Amino acid sequence: MAGPLKQFEIKPLIPIEIAGYDVSFTNSAMWMAIAIITSLAFFLIVTRKPQIIPGRGQVFAESMYQFIAGMVQDNIGSKGREYFPLIFTIFVVVLMGNMLGMIPYAFTYTSHIAVTMGLALAIFLFVTILGFVKHGTHFFSLFCPEGVPLLLKPLIIPIEVLSYLIRPVTLSVRLFANMMAGHLMLKVFAGFSVTMGIALGVIPMFFNVALIGFEFLIAFLQAYVFTILSCIYLKDAIELH
Amino acid sequence: MELEAAKLIAAAIALLPMFGVGIGLGMIFASYNEAVGRNPSAAEVLDKKFFLTFALTEALAIFALVVSLIILFG
Repeated sequence: MAGPLKQFEIKPLIPIEIAGYDVSFTNSAMWMAIAIITSLAFFLIVTRKPQIIPGRGQVFAESMYQFIAGMVQDNIGSKGREYFPLIFTIFVVVLMGNMLGMIPYAFTYTSHIAVTMGLALAIFLFVTILGFVKHGTHFFSLFCPEGVPLLLKPLIIPIEVLSYLIRPVTLSVRLFANMMAGHLMLKVFAGFSVTMGIALGVIPMFFNVALIGFEFLIAFLQAYVFTILSCIYLKDAIELH
Repeated sequence: MELEAAKLIAAAIALLPMFGVGIGLGMIFASYNEAVGRNPSAAEVLDKKFFLTFALTEALAIFALVVSLIILFG
């Protein structure tokens, strides 16, 4: 029986090596390609002939659009409209990664910190650069909340700077850890079913059914949280508190 | 003490934050249910905040679990 950590193994499908670096087309890359192609194809097909009375696909695409548009409006305000495509793309990429991972034998690319850290660092760098472009050096006032007594400032400012710098770490570790722990838990309980035999093994199997339902909730919730936190970071850069 | 035994004990100690996360999650659920019970029409607004705080709190427990797993397998 394969160990519970075996599912996170990255296997090169088409080995490629450029200048000593291993840039093979792996199963992780394959699932990312599948996620992008399916989501792109879905949105292109359902919005090709938009109707006043929408069909099932169009309703789904429109409600997803509205969901993210509402999130951007609530968290950033009307200034955030121009960043809607970015936020929507982040949501779709993370959601597709989490949801495709729920297919048996599929690979969850969001369960690798390399992927989530890449996403989080890209967001973090973008937000920081945006803040400097919009406000110049005035951006540093983000680290010094208004109305703080002078005596407390040496204490508050390092804390604020640290909590700003730790953002990409918590953002990426939260997503990666949730996905990894969830899939690990499913495999551990599936392992119990095998080792306990047919009679007793039914109990962990039923538990696993409930866990899979819970995992679907977590898959959606983590995509939602990742997106809403990106929104909040973006708002900090645009409005400075 | 043998290394293996020390590893097992460390993995168990790393899971202690679950204690606090359990209390925190209980408080979130309790206050959410109480708020919706008092004002059912506010449920839609509270749902979003509830899920966000739930996921943020729950993530701490997952961090502890990952540390524990790294000690065990890493």
